[in-house]
Amino acid sequence: MADGNWTYTEKVKDHFMNPRNVLTDEEHYHEDGRGVAGNIKCGDEMLVVIKVDADKGIITDCKWKTFGCASAIASTSALSEIVVGMKLDDAFNLSAKDINMALGGLPEHKIHCSVLGDKALRTAINDYYLRNGMEDKVKKEEERVVCQCMNVTDHEIEDAVLEGARTFYEVQERTKAGTGCGQCEEEITQLIDVYKQKHFCQA
Amino acid sequence: MPEKYIYMDNNATTPVHHEVQSAMQKAIGAFGNPSSLHGPGREARHYVEEARETVASFIGAAPEEVMFVGSGSEANNTILNALTCQRMGCAYHQRGFTRIVTSTIEHPCVLETAKCLQERGVDVVYLDVDAHGKVDCDQLREAVTGTTGLVSVMMANNEIGTIQDIKTIAEIAHAGGALFHTDAVQAVGKIPVNVEELEVDFLTLSAHKIYGPKGVGALYVRKGAPFCPLIRGGHQERGRRAGTENTPGIVGLGKAIEMRSREMVEEESRLLDMKAALRKGIEEHIPDVQFIGHPTDCLPGTLNVSFDGAEGEAIILYLDLEGVAVSTGSACASGSLDPSHVILATGMPAECAHGSIRISMGRENTMDDVTYMLDTLPLVIEKIRSMSTVYKRRQ
Repeated sequence: MADGNWTYTEKVKDHFMNPRNVLTDEEHYHEDGRGVAGNIKCGDEMLVVIKVDADKGIITDCKWKTFGCASAIASTSALSEIVVGMKLDDAFNLSAKDINMALGGLPEHKIHCSVLGDKALRTAINDYYLRNGMEDKVKKEEERVVCQCMNVTDHEIEDAVLEGARTFYEVQERTKAGTGCGQCEEEITQLIDVYKQKHFCQA
Repeated sequence: MPEKYIYMDNNATTPVHHEVQSAMQKAIGAFGNPSSLHGPGREARHYVEEARETVASFIGAAPEEVMFVGSGSEANNTILNALTCQRMGCAYHQRGFTRIVTSTIEHPCVLETAKCLQERGVDVVYLDVDAHGKVDCDQLREAVTGTTGLVSVMMANNEIGTIQDIKTIAEIAHAGGALFHTDAVQAVGKIPVNVEELEVDFLTLSAHKIYGPKGVGALYVRKGAPFCPLIRGGHQERGRRAGTENTPGIVGLGKAIEMRSREMVEEESRLLDMKAALRKGIEEHIPDVQFIGHPTDCLPGTLNVSFDGAEGEAIILYLDLEGVAVSTGSACASGSLDPSHVILATGMPAECAHGSIRISMGRENTMDDVTYMLDTLPLVIEKIRSMSTVYKRRQ
């Protein structure tokens, strides 16, 4: 009964049941970079820590902790395996979609839970650069205001798409974007397509 | 599938009682249209009316005050929507009501309908609840004005199990000249409910929460109370709900109610014992927990508990893998990140709402199930907390 109704792939289930690289001894872990994403008030929070081989510029270890659901646990567990041995730049460019592919796909309404891991990883990589005097390498994900009337940024629109909004109207409902003069409708509609491509595997 | 599987999600739905199954199997052959005058029609009509009498007598109503509907949600929608009827002859339109008073912890089928009514110009007042989930009666007194058409407050909450003082709430509503509706989907068949005693005008009940089939419920409409149908186009249910009656479903509801009248009292004390054991075991084996809901005025089988630093959906899924079904009213499971509106309404912080689970036991659960749950749950919570960013043991 339970197996028949399991909505996740075997890989997701495996990572969920046996999460890899959980940060169990935080006090004695000497990380080179540390990143937090999400917020417990919003229902999920992720901590990712990394060790880096400075000469080669590659990640040698990745551990994590979370207050999150099954998808957050499974996707970050998978991420922590994938990034070891990866160049910092390549790891920075990993997207939630790459991880979803590695897991064989998550249910669409769970995708938004799975982006926390790679967000926290990017913060950890930037933290590593900052700690080592490489401010120039820090990559900022700058926010841009799309809807001037309601002061809504592209990041907020991206979050709305991750949470399931698929149309201008649905983004409007969640963010209030486009409820003022409405001039941004075309741009938001384009952004929805961009974020759909970015985060969701094609059916 | 784990060898053992324990179902403790009876507030979501219940396994169909074997007596109900037999009664429905028998009735499914009665294919006639209950509105037809011929033999097959009369046979079906007999089944429907027999069930109506059973349901009516169980809640202290007259048979003609009970109408069958497709779900509890339909019944609630029917009552709330009636208020905005603009038809000249409609009893509601003539009364000129402009306000509905309800609570912040209602089921979404009431809250979403209320929101829709707001958009149609109805003034909706949402009553706050206290830390145990009880409606604020002083606020209710102030909220009910001459223009209030309806007060709708649920009898027992689906997530935390809190039972409201319906008699008092109905009195206040009536004193202010308003009609009173209660969504008793979680109450009827679990605790004694008598419409005469409580003096309610409308009451919603559902079959599948009490070991009956899905897709059938009933709405009590007090004799003389104004009524306006949601579904039109037929004379069924005395013109109150168009659509050919769901004979086997209605028979199933009738049988479920009949079985409740025989089993409910004995079961209540058994459930209370099981809940006490569960609560005690959780307190003894798991640190840093909070129980949500009223300590005494609570559904006998319902226990809502929040575990510091553990996320609800993860708890549900680990328990599922261990062969235990419980649920979370919150967040991820339903595809939204919003925490439970009910738990937030009790004043709990969002992180507690995100970490809460609802355990709802029913007639098939035994003390062995409680023991198994207590063997399983502490390990699951420990596992989740060991990878939690926020769990710190309270000193």
